[in-house]
Amino acid sequence: MPLTQLTSIVTPLDRANVDTDVIMPKQYLKSISRFGYGDWAFEPWRYASAGDIDTPKAERTPLAECVFNQPRFANSEILLSRENFGCGSSREHAVWGIRDMGYRVIIAPSFGDIFYNNCLNNGLLPIRLCTEHVEQLFLRSQGNTVLSVSVDVSSCQLSVEGMPAMTFELAPSQQQRLLIGQDSIAQTLDEADAIRAFETQHKQRFPWCFGLGAQ
Amino acid sequence: MLSQTPQTLYDKLWQRHLVSAGSDGQDLIYIDRHIVHEVTSAQAFEGLRHANRRPWRSDSVLATPDHQVPTDNRSAGISGIIDPIARIQVTTLDDNCREFGITQFDINDKRQGIVHVVSPEQGATLPGMTLVCGDSHTSTHGAFATLAQGIGTSEVEHVLATQCLRQRKSKRMRIWVEGELATGVTAKDLILHIIAQVGSAGATGFAVEYAGPAIRALSMEGRMTLCNMSIEMGARCGMVAFDDTTADYLQGRPFAPTGELWQQAIDDWYSLQSDSDAVFDEEYRLDARSVAPQISWGTKPDQVIAINDVVPLAEHGNSAVQRQEWQRALAYMGLQGGESINNLSIDQVFIGSCTNGRIEDIRDVARMVEGHQVAPSVQRAMVVPGSGLVKAQAEAEGLDKIIRAAGFEWRDPGCSMCNAMNPDRLPSQARCASTSNRNFEGRQGDGGRTHLVSPAMAAAAAIAGFFVDIRDWPRLC
Ligand code: SF4
Repeated sequence: MPLTQLTSIVTPLDRANVDTDVIMPKQYLKSISRFGYGDWAFEPWRYASAGDIDTPKAERTPLAECVFNQPRFANSEILLSRENFGCGSSREHAVWGIRDMGYRVIIAPSFGDIFYNNCLNNGLLPIRLCTEHVEQLFLRSQGNTVLSVSVDVSSCQLSVEGMPAMTFELAPSQQQRLLIGQDSIAQTLDEADAIRAFETQHKQRFPWCFGLGAQ
Repeated sequence: MLSQTPQTLYDKLWQRHLVSAGSDGQDLIYIDRHIVHEVTSAQAFEGLRHANRRPWRSDSVLATPDHQVPTDNRSAGISGIIDPIARIQVTTLDDNCREFGITQFDINDKRQGIVHVVSPEQGATLPGMTLVCGDSHTSTHGAFATLAQGIGTSEVEHVLATQCLRQRKSKRMRIWVEGELATGVTAKDLILHIIAQVGSAGATGFAVEYAGPAIRALSMEGRMTLCNMSIEMGARCGMVAFDDTTADYLQGRPFAPTGELWQQAIDDWYSLQSDSDAVFDEEYRLDARSVAPQISWGTKPDQVIAINDVVPLAEHGNSAVQRQEWQRALAYMGLQGGESINNLSIDQVFIGSCTNGRIEDIRDVARMVEGHQVAPSVQRAMVVPGSGLVKAQAEAEGLDKIIRAAGFEWRDPGCSMCNAMNPDRLPSQARCASTSNRNFEGRQGDGGRTHLVSPAMAAAAAIAGFFVDIRDWPRLC
């Protein structure tokens, strides 16, 4: 699904180093589907006890203090967190979970490298914003206030009332993919001839890198 | 002619595989080896089928199930997997490998094991290669002067379909280690110490090269342990230059080249070094002699201290964010802060994983526990070999007998309690000495308390019933 512009209230998740083990606990990695992870994401923080892949929603006890269970954030599409968000395991299930909760944008000072790419491969925009700006966004979403933020992918801008517009970085090819919702495999296969040509000379130079040996 | 600018090992590996340079820095690089396991591949194969695509080069792929496989009752094969949903995932891998012509060591194969143990021991990981796997500890393979990176499932599909990965080149970091490790101090202690210094995000965006005399002195097993945990400081890949140790390890492995091709390969592989005047974006230096046995006290891999240090107090954190994190970590771990970790009693011991499930690790454990007994206060102590071949080798050396006689369970190969996807799990609040790589909340079981240590430290803790400074242990070497 393309992502061009978005205005949404922000869910403030005030934690640093949120790892993908917490975002999507191991028992949900058994699924062989790409969808349906929304109720499982952040389970240790959202529910009173751990469930499994076949636990009915009605049997889960949501923890009222968890931001994800607060009705005012129910329709939020922008998640705000602290540094090193999505560190640890490469599991893309973590991104599928956040996406299936309804989020399209994650704002944090920094992200785990693999997680960052996983987001972009699922039409989710990870925005790196400096620590000071992130701090301001947190301050402005404290207590009972909800903060609304607008994101514009074509200009790479983030705007919040009462703050100067903020620009974020995004590689043009990734920006393009978000804007048109393009499949990255199709994009790469446009270069199939170049890949084949490379492969031929690579095999001449390093024949032992090909096949699984003489076994 | 190649450029004359001095290059790092990472630059050389990158340049060898560069198919096309993206105008925005997103380059297309060719992938030589792709390793696949059951947990992160099903959706990728499904994607291929959906788009009517075939793998670009099936012979680049090696598969084996590891996360879900039970570590007992393996003669039952697939039906030994109790959880029906997990069983489907493993049979899905079987089906996909069959459909797409991929070599797999399945659950019944004696070569099955943890992907990062199996590929090197088969010689499927070779110097100068680019290697990927849908698993963050793929950095392990960098020990062979390989550019090895963990990827997500969409990227698994991308590599299957195109044999390429699109990515931005990382910055370069070198970690130079002088001196020699003290007796009883291992590669595991060294990497835990490094992570504590660099921080759990300190190497994000970097490709790390480990170099210096202390690294040269490490065995391949030790180098793999080191590279394995690069991701725990944020680095997608870690690597060590090629040398005789690498060559000796690889010679005669099933998938390694032989005869004339071996000679040709070796000649090439010796060039897999950073040029002496190459420039790194960041450099750390440390002296191996200053490294004591390490242990993690918290729930992040950089929350690590020397065994003879005290657990930090939350109020000593250097920022509000860190103080809050430490507070939370201490509470989760059932610690106050300020206490000595030496003498802290434990409930369970887990020895295994892609960090420390290799033959050298098991030899270390056997040497430590020979003639001793697991303390009665320890509810469970298990040794899980990293692969079927590691297990067979250990048994051929009689190590399993020593380990069993000491009261440990001797299990079948797999990830096991490293991330507790199979039935091996820590009960809530159980304190575990673990040779794995992550001490995240709930990683080894809901509410479980993980302390990351070396195999020797874990073995000694099992016997004593509490953590001990391995340097005081009588059976040391
Ligand atoms: S042993 Fe642990 S870290 Fe290694 S691949 Fe298995 S689950 Fe991942």
